[in-house]
Amino acid sequence: MPKTVVLERKPLSISERTYLPQIATGLKTTFTNMFKPKVTLQYPEEKPRIPNNYRGVPTLVKDPNGREKCVSCQLCEFVCPPKAIRITPGSVPEDEEDRHHVEKAPEEFEINMLRCIYCGYCQEVCPEEAIFLQEEYSSSGYSREEMVNDKAKLYELGGTLPDQHYKWDKKKQAEDEGNSH
Amino acid sequence: MISQTKGETVTIVLDGEDVEVPAGSNLVDAAALHSKEIPHYCYHPQLSVAGNCRMCLIEMGTPMRDRQTGEPVLDEDGVPKIGWVPKPVIGCATTVSQGMHVKTISDKVTDCREGIMEFLLVNHPLDCPICDQAGECRLQEFATDYGRGYSRYVERKNVKPKRTRLGPRVTLDDERCILCSRCIRFCQEVADDDVLGFVDRGSYSTLTCFPGKELQNNYSLNTVDLCPVGALTSTDFRFKMRVWFLKESPSICTESSAGSNILVSSREGEIHRITPRRNDEVNDSWMTDSGRALYKQVRSDDRLLTPRGNGTDKILDHAITTATNILKDKEIAVVGSCHGTLEELYLLNRLSKITNSKKYLRGYFGEDDGILLSADRTPNLRGALLSGFTNSYPKDNLKSLNNDLKRGGLDAVFVYRDDILNSEVDEELLKGIPLVFMGTQKNSTSDLAEVLIPSLTSFEKKGTFINRSFFAQGFEQAVPGPAGLLPDLLILSKIIEGLDEESKIDPDLSLIWKNLGSPPKSPLKGITFNDVLESPVKVDGSKWESLPFVEKKAMHYLPV
Repeated sequence: MPKTVVLERKPLSISERTYLPQIATGLKTTFTNMFKPKVTLQYPEEKPRIPNNYRGVPTLVKDPNGREKCVSCQLCEFVCPPKAIRITPGSVPEDEEDRHHVEKAPEEFEINMLRCIYCGYCQEVCPEEAIFLQEEYSSSGYSREEMVNDKAKLYELGGTLPDQHYKWDKKKQAEDEGNSH
Repeated sequence: MISQTKGETVTIVLDGEDVEVPAGSNLVDAAALHSKEIPHYCYHPQLSVAGNCRMCLIEMGTPMRDRQTGEPVLDEDGVPKIGWVPKPVIGCATTVSQGMHVKTISDKVTDCREGIMEFLLVNHPLDCPICDQAGECRLQEFATDYGRGYSRYVERKNVKPKRTRLGPRVTLDDERCILCSRCIRFCQEVADDDVLGFVDRGSYSTLTCFPGKELQNNYSLNTVDLCPVGALTSTDFRFKMRVWFLKESPSICTESSAGSNILVSSREGEIHRITPRRNDEVNDSWMTDSGRALYKQVRSDDRLLTPRGNGTDKILDHAITTATNILKDKEIAVVGSCHGTLEELYLLNRLSKITNSKKYLRGYFGEDDGILLSADRTPNLRGALLSGFTNSYPKDNLKSLNNDLKRGGLDAVFVYRDDILNSEVDEELLKGIPLVFMGTQKNSTSDLAEVLIPSLTSFEKKGTFINRSFFAQGFEQAVPGPAGLLPDLLILSKIIEGLDEESKIDPDLSLIWKNLGSPPKSPLKGITFNDVLESPVKVDGSKWESLPFVEKKAMHYLPV
């Protein structure tokens, strides 16, 4: 057992006994902050600036021609750690104009936002650059079903992002004028 | 299909190591026996050698011999000199010979593989995200393992038709085809329906059906399995599910007595496709298209899911008790089925024994195609013989039951899976006789039944089927059964227990196998369920040699 050491309390000085210097120091902090610019954000009315590379709600995006980019390869479904993504694959009918050469597209695409952990793996793995975690960060709902984003909701949230590849356009061009046989 | 001489081996030097390999085998197979992979596309162990993909190029040489004397030529160190073939040779068409030297890993071989991969990928569309083969694609695997890793090709790629219909079940994506000709050889050699061929030249070469013909034989989907890339796709499975989600469980095809070994691919309890499993004694690597469609019965509209007991009672346990009460102390008829497993038929036999009832069994027969669809359209007729359920060969009808019903004296009928109304049994005669039906699919008998006990399909339970060559083949459960249903064995054992407490038997497969093998002259003596699960076990069927088996000569089967 360590020995108990009794410390002797020093007597307070006059200035300490009056408390005045301490009050003055406190008021100084108060008045300094009163004249500083405000840092509080009035959250629901005011929104913070979202930094680049922010990982918000995962969304599906369309290409600049307004066509869906996702081909339902289901890699995001595979890589998703909390199994939040659920895809029902479907095929693009042969007689569909503009898109018949794409062949495959999701019939249904669901992301369960109660499961999603915003890790961004889906965006990283997507070979078609069709899924992005964008700036939207607050999602709420009254029921569990409401918190599952379906395909329509995901495209509504995603909108259109600039495309660097135009993969399917190139493919179509090759088919129309290229070494087609 | 290079003929192998049984038992003989030769010694070759594989990457500097002396190894024994079977004489007559080719280098791809020989190297595989010693865990050395020689990548290949066009070679398939059960088809003829075409040698057109050039992926299996390796370096080969033999010890040099003096032309005049025939003596081995030695180098300065006194070691026999190896005469390396100046150019690489293809492994699939090179038969091993004594003293042959082979290099599967060398700079030259690596260069060859990189070159071949580059050429194969020149016009490849690289649409792996939408390709059904992705995940089990040789092109993906070998491009990763042996490719150069980047493309030097800047020209525009060829565009070919993406969804050509080759037949009712096969769709061709021409861009992905690497012209290995496996499908063509399969149709010529195994399916015996020569309809596929290449047209045009160079990079415009295209796989196509001969004019006016279609790939519509009952083995067409094997070409999809054979295809090392995603060119041939199954119309049924196309774009349905990615293969990396699928859990593969070994099972046995129930279509006919051929008993093809199959793999059942399922995700989260839902079966998505059936593919053949290689078994050189039964079905090689093939199976019928019609057998692949059988998984659809699991979730079909006519699947029986709700038990029917006393009136509107829908509880399975109550239905079983009601059935037991109906069958107790009565003169009953037990109708079995060759669709039941060996173990189930054994329990059914026990049930008929303790109730002292007569047994009836119907056979289902069709055309024999001489390959893997035998004339006997039930998987387990020989199992019915071995389980003791029947000793005679079943007829195409149940007239005997009809006659016995006419004669009177039957108080109840227990039907296991069969449709007796469809088997020349008069519905009028069944009036006033309580009917207990146990099965998976709705039919006219199940509609009539007073008590209905839904059971499980072969994908949802364990068991054993005995095929036409008397191979006992065990299978595992592939997917869980529908909620609330019990395995057939458990239901039967519950009924048996209810009828006679003393004859009670645990529905345990290994225990049933012990009982099956316990009679002194049983052909199943000394065999356990685990044995037949691991690999097919040939059972002595000589006892039934005189029965009029309907199967004709077919793949791996000779009628006695």
